[in-house]
Amino acid sequence: MKERVIDGQNYRKERIARCIKARSDDIYALTSQKEMWYLLFPRIVPIVGIAIVAYLLPIYWKKVILTTCIFAMLAVSWDFLSSCGMLSLGQALFFGIGSFAAGGFNHYLHLPVYLTIPLATVTGGLISTMILLPVIRLRGIYFAMVTLILPLMLMRLIEATKLLGGTEGLTGLSPFPNEWVEVTLIMAAMWAALFGLRRFIASDYGLIFVSIRDNDRATMASGINIYAFKAQALFIGSSVCAFCGAFMTHSYQFTGMPVFAMEFSILPIAAAAIGGMNTLAGPLLGAMLLVPLSELLREFGTLRIVFYGAILIICVIGLPEGIFHYLSRKYNEMERWVKIE
Amino acid sequence: MNILEVKGITKTFGGVSAVADVSVNIEENTLLGIIGPNGSGKTTFVNIITGFVRPDKGSVVFKGKEMIGLPPYRVTNLGVGRAFQMVKPFFHLPAYKNIIVPLSSPRVRASSGGGYGDKDAMSLDILEEVGFERDSSVPYKTASVLPHGYLKRLELARLIALKSEVFILDELFSGLSIAEVTSITPIIEKLLLDGKTIIMVEHRLKELFRIADKVIVLNFGKKIKEGVPKEILEDEEVKKAYLGVEV
Amino acid sequence: MLVYGLINSVILALMALGFNLTFGISGVANFAYGAIYIVAGFITWTLIEKLGLPHLVSAAAAIVVIGLFGMFLYKLVLKRIRGLVISEVIATFAVALVALELLRYIGFIGFRYSLPVFIDGSVEILGAYVDIQRLLILALSILVVVAQYLFTHYTKLGLAFRGIAQDEHTSLSLGINPDRIASWSMGIGCSLGAFAAIVILPLGTITVDSGYDVLINALSVCIVGGLGSTFGVIIASFIIGYAQILTATYISSHYTIIVSLVAILVILALKPSGLLGHQKELEERV
Repeated sequence: MKERVIDGQNYRKERIARCIKARSDDIYALTSQKEMWYLLFPRIVPIVGIAIVAYLLPIYWKKVILTTCIFAMLAVSWDFLSSCGMLSLGQALFFGIGSFAAGGFNHYLHLPVYLTIPLATVTGGLISTMILLPVIRLRGIYFAMVTLILPLMLMRLIEATKLLGGTEGLTGLSPFPNEWVEVTLIMAAMWAALFGLRRFIASDYGLIFVSIRDNDRATMASGINIYAFKAQALFIGSSVCAFCGAFMTHSYQFTGMPVFAMEFSILPIAAAAIGGMNTLAGPLLGAMLLVPLSELLREFGTLRIVFYGAILIICVIGLPEGIFHYLSRKYNEMERWVKIE
Repeated sequence: MNILEVKGITKTFGGVSAVADVSVNIEENTLLGIIGPNGSGKTTFVNIITGFVRPDKGSVVFKGKEMIGLPPYRVTNLGVGRAFQMVKPFFHLPAYKNIIVPLSSPRVRASSGGGYGDKDAMSLDILEEVGFERDSSVPYKTASVLPHGYLKRLELARLIALKSEVFILDELFSGLSIAEVTSITPIIEKLLLDGKTIIMVEHRLKELFRIADKVIVLNFGKKIKEGVPKEILEDEEVKKAYLGVEV
Repeated sequence: MLVYGLINSVILALMALGFNLTFGISGVANFAYGAIYIVAGFITWTLIEKLGLPHLVSAAAAIVVIGLFGMFLYKLVLKRIRGLVISEVIATFAVALVALELLRYIGFIGFRYSLPVFIDGSVEILGAYVDIQRLLILALSILVVVAQYLFTHYTKLGLAFRGIAQDEHTSLSLGINPDRIASWSMGIGCSLGAFAAIVILPLGTITVDSGYDVLINALSVCIVGGLGSTFGVIIASFIIGYAQILTATYISSHYTIIVSLVAILVILALKPSGLLGHQKELEERV
């Protein structure tokens, strides 16, 4: 806490919740317009803002919005997994499996888009969970290392076995009817994922997931089968990523080895680190900043990854709480100087 | 009737035997104290009973059911609850939310009709039982800001929430002031009145001996003495183990 | 076959030792390890080709520079976020990204970058022709392992290393500065990586992308062997090394990576602490 001296008197900075914040936690939020807007404002502004960018700006920005939303969802899913005590360095694994599942359904079984995406979401989640089931007992960094290795190895596996198109990938997959559907779908999915997972985490059931991160041994001593819960969390988190993969596949009408690329693992973590971990909304905010930034830096070629790295290091050291925590503090709390007696 | 029968459990860590051939029978609705110098294998003994450590040999039978090999959550769900010596609350959650986790366990859901309903009120009731003042802000505070005494009570509250039949309390009194110990002791006595069985691992012998029905003494992993508190106090071998002098 | 398997295993072990040392002592998983390996290769190359320094001098210089870089990295970055696992991983990985992509940007791409071998020629052992360089790798690896053992058991710094590895708080109370030791362990770990690079890289060309491969290989070996356990790493590299050569000979070289994958999953499912992980680690991991 900061301190300063005015007229020979010591003051320190104090932070307290705004009255309106306290009130809007309660039943007032439903009875007073002011409180309702206080709650709605930070939710509506990004929703409307992104919709404006997506619908009104030229086609180039639609593509940017698509990529941004996909990475935002990957980041939200990463944060959800980390809220459940699973530090994943391999979102690309979930993403790639979803992508190949959608590609496979479409290419070999000729299923239409509106079937492949939901199917790929569920099967992708299931396959990812099955693959990670043997290592679900691992914690922290050990789990992270395994998840980092897996997508790269799967990439080699596809290269070696020439399954699912091998190095060429699957091309000529069915596209979406038109780009309006595309943009609307991904935005809807992103907000659904964010608000759905937030609601889920805050429920009594979701509380168990958070408790596993806090202290898994105490959760076990509370009679909870943490491995079953971790598997559930894995399924939820990887399904979200698998959806992104399936969506991307149909958007680009292509799936292939690049879907296991490191970028899909690293960018979500970067977004979470910058936006603020364990908030779910923070990573989304981070992705909203990072992905467009990377579009702007595109002309620098590979140098933009260098910029990324640098931004990441600076953020991790200098702003450990993340942007979201900072903003929500400013919004919900007020600061004042009080005398030190 | 014996509710818990421990037979010949042995555990070696890298050549050092932590627990060596310890057997003990615990009668229902009694309080067993486990004492011994530091490093005598008390916590390992508790870890084995609760499934956190798998012994090399031996058996633990709870109400006729073998428990060795079961994971900790299964043991807990059978009715053997365990409080940690190093308190392990969920630091990021408010105190009353801490209790929601055990309330969501299969054991409690089975006994209270199932469902993940609103458990806040139940949780507050249990916290009041262990001394969290209901009408104060204490139950709503994040566990990371609670003082040590309350965290110990929170451990106890977890076991009460679980409706455990056997309470294993690993050094519950350690780090507490005399006043805090005297305020927690009635809670334990009340549990005994409710028909619970309690195993206490303790260094605070005076407080323990006041409420214990039976005490076993461990030294270097071996059980060196078993008996009522009075016998233990007068035993020469126990004195030797504690004071480290030849008698 | 036997000989190639042996050499493949030794290469794996040598790659993993530096990573393992840092993790075993300071608990920092250095995800920048692969990048450091490659950077060391390029430093040596630059010193030899551009500045015309003798081979051994450039090698020694690269090892020292990388070691200093490791200590610097610890002091500047890791010290501030010690103990926050996620931050450590992100930071070291970001360092790797910056280093590797910067190299790519500067233009170290292509096949013209390779380090000279120490001694040219080859000999025949058990019916197989082996380069002397490969034999040198074998000899030097044994040397490194022996040196590491002697260092950790008979020098003051080495004993402090083991102290920190066992219990940081106890060593703190014995007057060991954990930050100093951790930065040393980081430096020495990086130096070992540089050493491995200088010895192994002459067998092929230096490419930026192989930085990630090195990290993956080191990680798989360490995970299988039990993190922090030197002998576990050696055993694991023999298992994986021979398995890879066997699959390459009898099935197809494409499948070698799958062997590592299966090895990792099977071993972790059976024994989460790795082959020779300690009890303490088991407590932390499971």
